[in-house]
Amino acid sequence: MPLVPLSKIADARSGDKGEGSNVGVMARSAAAYAFLKDKLTPDVVRAHMHAINRGTVVRYEADGLAVLNFILADSLGGGGSASLRTDAQGKTHGLALLRLVLDVPQSVLDSIPRSS
Amino acid sequence: MAHKDKVLVANGQGFWGDSLLGPIRLCREGPIDYLTLDYLAEVTMSILQKQFLRDPKVGFATDFVRMIERTAPELVGKGIKVVANAGGVNPMACKDATIAALRSRGFGGVKVAVVEGDNIYGQLDELLAAGEQLKNMDSGAPLASVRARVSSANVYLGAFPTAEALDRGAQIVITGRGTDPGLVLGPLIHEFGWKRDEYDKLAAGTIAGHIVECGAQCTGGNYVDWRAVENMALIGYPIVEAAPDGTFVVTKHAGTGGLVTPRSILHQLVYEMGDPRNYIGPDCTADFTSIRMEQVGPDRVRCSGARGGAPTPTYKVSISYQDGWKALGQLTISGPDALDKAKLCAEIVWRRLAYDGVTFSDDQKLVEFVGANVCHAGIDVPHASDPSEVVLRIGVKGADKAKIDRFGYELVPLVTSGPPGVTGFAGGRPHATEIIGFWPALMKKDRVATKVSLFES
Repeated sequence: MPLVPLSKIADARSGDKGEGSNVGVMARSAAAYAFLKDKLTPDVVRAHMHAINRGTVVRYEADGLAVLNFILADSLGGGGSASLRTDAQGKTHGLALLRLVLDVPQSVLDSIPRSS
Repeated sequence: MAHKDKVLVANGQGFWGDSLLGPIRLCREGPIDYLTLDYLAEVTMSILQKQFLRDPKVGFATDFVRMIERTAPELVGKGIKVVANAGGVNPMACKDATIAALRSRGFGGVKVAVVEGDNIYGQLDELLAAGEQLKNMDSGAPLASVRARVSSANVYLGAFPTAEALDRGAQIVITGRGTDPGLVLGPLIHEFGWKRDEYDKLAAGTIAGHIVECGAQCTGGNYVDWRAVENMALIGYPIVEAAPDGTFVVTKHAGTGGLVTPRSILHQLVYEMGDPRNYIGPDCTADFTSIRMEQVGPDRVRCSGARGGAPTPTYKVSISYQDGWKALGQLTISGPDALDKAKLCAEIVWRRLAYDGVTFSDDQKLVEFVGANVCHAGIDVPHASDPSEVVLRIGVKGADKAKIDRFGYELVPLVTSGPPGVTGFAGGRPHATEIIGFWPALMKKDRVATKVSLFES
């Protein structure tokens, strides 16, 4: 199976949630969603974002939207005006997660629309 | 009153500081019925409250008044209604300034409404005495533990007072703190006569409001597939074309930049999302997963199927408090060996401060090498280990203001007493600035009294 970044099969957007951030991962096809629901676990996200997020990772599944929503509990260095970090609002956390390299079946890659 | 079968509600401002072009272009470049504008964030409320305590004529979003001044001919000429949370902690002063601006441009007879009741700063002790603990929703600590340092306290009001203001004939509605989606939901309640228990419709209006509340973030701004976004410079701000049954089309003016597709809308639907099945607003709960999206034309996406539920018995309260001090500075370090030299610079700052007996714990310090993978720390990216130049961002925080200010003295000296190639010190010496802590809490709805008042220019 090809090793590809998550960005090949999903979009993401992130923003702040108190002292943490959320990353909404939007699968680009039904097959990609099924694959990610199985493989993109909170543990996988937590390990990938270990230097950004010091807290827990909780995952919500939105089947109808083919979205997995991750809440990173402590990812802003304090949050709000207490943060000294460049990215005090977690704006770039979505793109950080999209860099995750996964072993994706060819059938899932083939299911992604070329653009929309 | 007969209800319209379609209402156009636009968002021209996603936050205080958004482009000045959003509102004027929405008014000029095509039809809209409502212009909504969002000015408030948690930190903003605290800043406005402090301004108000120094001067009772301020404490609101002054940019709003300039926006009204600029767009008044279009607003009045086309009968566009405006809903904005520009009132901050002083909506009456915002109303006075708005009316003065309208009169100065010769527009008399414009009805301006003010929604009050969100600001509970002056009632805090009364509320605490009455048994509202205003516990921090995250930590569980009672507000009493930081009471002396509280700098603002506001309830997130719902959309019905805004609808009432519109029912009474207002063309401009100025509110204090309300939810962002309520800016859109209020006009829809007014236009379609939605009732307090029509939860699916209220949820639809809430979701529509959420989709447009960050301006161009649903029309191709901050979009992963950014190369596919045409004419981002003149990106179109979003318009909700709502129907009485709770369905709506998200669109933008023809000829503007950006794009509206189910994919662009989904990007915004997930923004700052918690549990997608249970979005809790003041007027209803909303199930974001119930929304179905369908492209029904160029830059037109129809949204349907919204489901909602009864609201909770509490309002969310946004409280801010003084939470210490911070200082932050930056220097640019050129190559060769930019990263190694930047690391040395940081070490020098800490050692010089330590010589003077000033130390900080790891939690109170920040060192970033911008250009060497700060945003995606810990993730393998190309070229992070040997950038041609880096920006050293270095900062501290803590309760002792004098200590934070002492830090600021040791940054710029690196230009002459550090490694070669250190520059970019234009900002001068960093000074201690206040950290404003955010304290989210809940309180019973029946303790809040809202009031709508009507005025005329």
